[in-house]
Amino acid sequence: MSNFVSQNPLLVVTVVKAAVVLIALLTAVAYLTWFERKAVAHIQSRLGPYFVGPHGLLQPLADGIKNIFKEDITPAGVYRFTYFLAPFLSLGLALTSIALIPFGPAEVEVFGVTTNLAIAEVNVGLLILFAITSLSVYGVALAGWSSNSKYPLLGALRSSAQMVSYELTLTLSVVGILLMTQTFNLREIIVHQAGHYWGFIPRWHFFAAPFPQVIGFLCFFTAAVAETNRAPFDLAEAETELVAGFHTEYASMKFAMFFIAEYAAMVTVSILASLLFFGGWLSPFPAEWGWTLYIPTFALGIGALLLFWDGARYPTLFGKILMPVLGLVLAGLAFASAQPGLIHVIHGPFWFLGKVFFFLFLYVWIRGTLPRLRYDQLMNFGWKVLLPVVTLNVLLTAVAILVFQK
Amino acid sequence: MSAELLLFFVFAALAVLGAVSLIVQRHPIHSALSLIVVMVALAALYLLLGAEFIAAIQIIVYAGAIMVLFVFVIMVLNAGEEERTNLSRMARYVGVPLSILLTAQLAWWMMRATSGHSNGAPLHPTDTRGLARLLFSDFVFTFELTAILILVAMLGAVVLARRET
Repeated sequence: MSNFVSQNPLLVVTVVKAAVVLIALLTAVAYLTWFERKAVAHIQSRLGPYFVGPHGLLQPLADGIKNIFKEDITPAGVYRFTYFLAPFLSLGLALTSIALIPFGPAEVEVFGVTTNLAIAEVNVGLLILFAITSLSVYGVALAGWSSNSKYPLLGALRSSAQMVSYELTLTLSVVGILLMTQTFNLREIIVHQAGHYWGFIPRWHFFAAPFPQVIGFLCFFTAAVAETNRAPFDLAEAETELVAGFHTEYASMKFAMFFIAEYAAMVTVSILASLLFFGGWLSPFPAEWGWTLYIPTFALGIGALLLFWDGARYPTLFGKILMPVLGLVLAGLAFASAQPGLIHVIHGPFWFLGKVFFFLFLYVWIRGTLPRLRYDQLMNFGWKVLLPVVTLNVLLTAVAILVFQK
Repeated sequence: MSAELLLFFVFAALAVLGAVSLIVQRHPIHSALSLIVVMVALAALYLLLGAEFIAAIQIIVYAGAIMVLFVFVIMVLNAGEEERTNLSRMARYVGVPLSILLTAQLAWWMMRATSGHSNGAPLHPTDTRGLARLLFSDFVFTFELTAILILVAMLGAVVLARRET
C-alpha cells in the first residue's frame, strides 16, 4: 500500500484532494439549502425550518434521509436511457467544474507532500470551466425530453433556449478581464489583482484601471443567475405555470441530484465571481494596515458571543447544548486566528469564504425579492439589453487599454 | 503502455463508437447524443496533443452551442423514431464500393503523410498566445473574411425567417 503511494504521488494526492473538496462542497450545498429556506422565510416574515434540531439545523440531514428512503418511481412511457442519464449528467458536470478552482495562493505542505490548492491546475482553466458549464444544459434538456410529458418538455425547451442565449453574455462579460490580465489561468488572474491604488483602493478588477469592470460584473452575475436557472430566471421550473418544470417526473434521489447540481452550480458561480472580479483570497485592505489582520478574529469572536447568547435563551435542551458548542468552535477559531503563526493562514480563507458567502446571499436575496420574468421579457432582456451592453464593455475596455497603457 | 497512449485509445475508441452509434441509432435524439460523445472525445484527443485552447473551444462551440440547437430543434419538432429502409439499389451497388474505396484511399494517404515526419514535433503553435498571433497577423484577412461570411449567413437566415409577414 505505502509502496503504491510512493510510486504514484500525483494520483494519490489528486484523489485525496478531490475527496476533500467534494465532501466540503456537498456539506456546503446541504447547508446552503437550509440557509436559503431560512433567509427567504425571514424576508417573507416567516420562521422557516424550526423543528428538526435547533433553528432547523438538522433539516438538510432529514431531507437527505427522506429522499433516500422515498420510492423511486419510473413513470411509464419515459425514454429510460436518457431518463436515467440526465440527473447523473447534471450532477457530474456541476461537481466537475469545481475541480478547476484554485483555493489558495501558494503551495502547501501536508504530511510531507507539497501540493497546490487546486485539484486541476490548467493553463486555460477559465475556458475549460466555461466548456463544462456549456454542457450542463443537456442535463435539463434531456430530463425534460425523456420524461415524455408536456410540462417537463416545455420547461426543457425554455431552459435550453435561455441557457444558450445567456451563455453568450456570460462568456463575453469576462473578456474585459482577459484583455487586462492576458491569461486564462485563474491563479494568474487573481495574482494580477494584488496591490492597491493610492494605498487603499484594492486593484480588484471591479475597481481596476484602466477600465473598472463594473458593467462586466453586473452582466456576469445576471447571466450567471440565468445560467444556473435561478429566480428571477427560473422559467425552466416555474411552479406556477409548469408544475415543477423539467424535473416534474423525477422523484427520490434522482430529484435530489438535480437539486444538488443546481446548488453546486450556485457555489461555483459565487466562487468564480469572487475570483474574477473581487480578488479571491486577497484582503480588501493593504498589508501596511496591520490591524486589519485581526478582522477575522473580531468577526469570529462576535459570532461566538452571538451563539453563546442564543444558546443561553434557547427553549430546548438540545439547543442549549448545541449552540454553545458551535460557539466554542468559533471561539477556538477566533483564538487560533490571533496567533502570530496562524494569522496569515486563516486570513486568506476568511476573505475568500466571506466573498463567496456574500454572493450566495445575493442569490438568495434576489430570489426572495424579485418576481419571475415572463418568457418574452427574458429573451428580450438577454438579446437586446445584456448582449449589446456587454459587447460595449469589451470595446470600451479594449480602447481604454490602448489609450492608457500604450 | 504509457498512460497517455492508453487514454488516446480510450478516447479514439469512444469517438469511433459514437460515430457508428450516430448512424445506427433510430431515434434523432440518440443520434444527436452520439454526436456529442464524438465531439467531447475529439476534444479529449486535442487535450492529449497539448492543444488546450482548441479542446476548450471544441467543446464550447460544437458540444455546447451547435449541438444544443440540434437537440432543441429535435425537441421542438418532437421528431419520432425513424423507419429503417432497406438499402436502395443505388446505395447497394454504387454507394458501398465507393465508400470502401474512399476509406482505403484516406488510409493510404494518411499512412504516407505520417511516415514522412514521424518525429512527432508540432507543426503549428498550439498555445493560445501563438494561435492568436497567427490568427490576427498572418491570417487576419482570412479570419475577418470568415467572420463577415458568418454574419452574412446570419442576416440571410433572419431575412428568410421574416419573409412571410
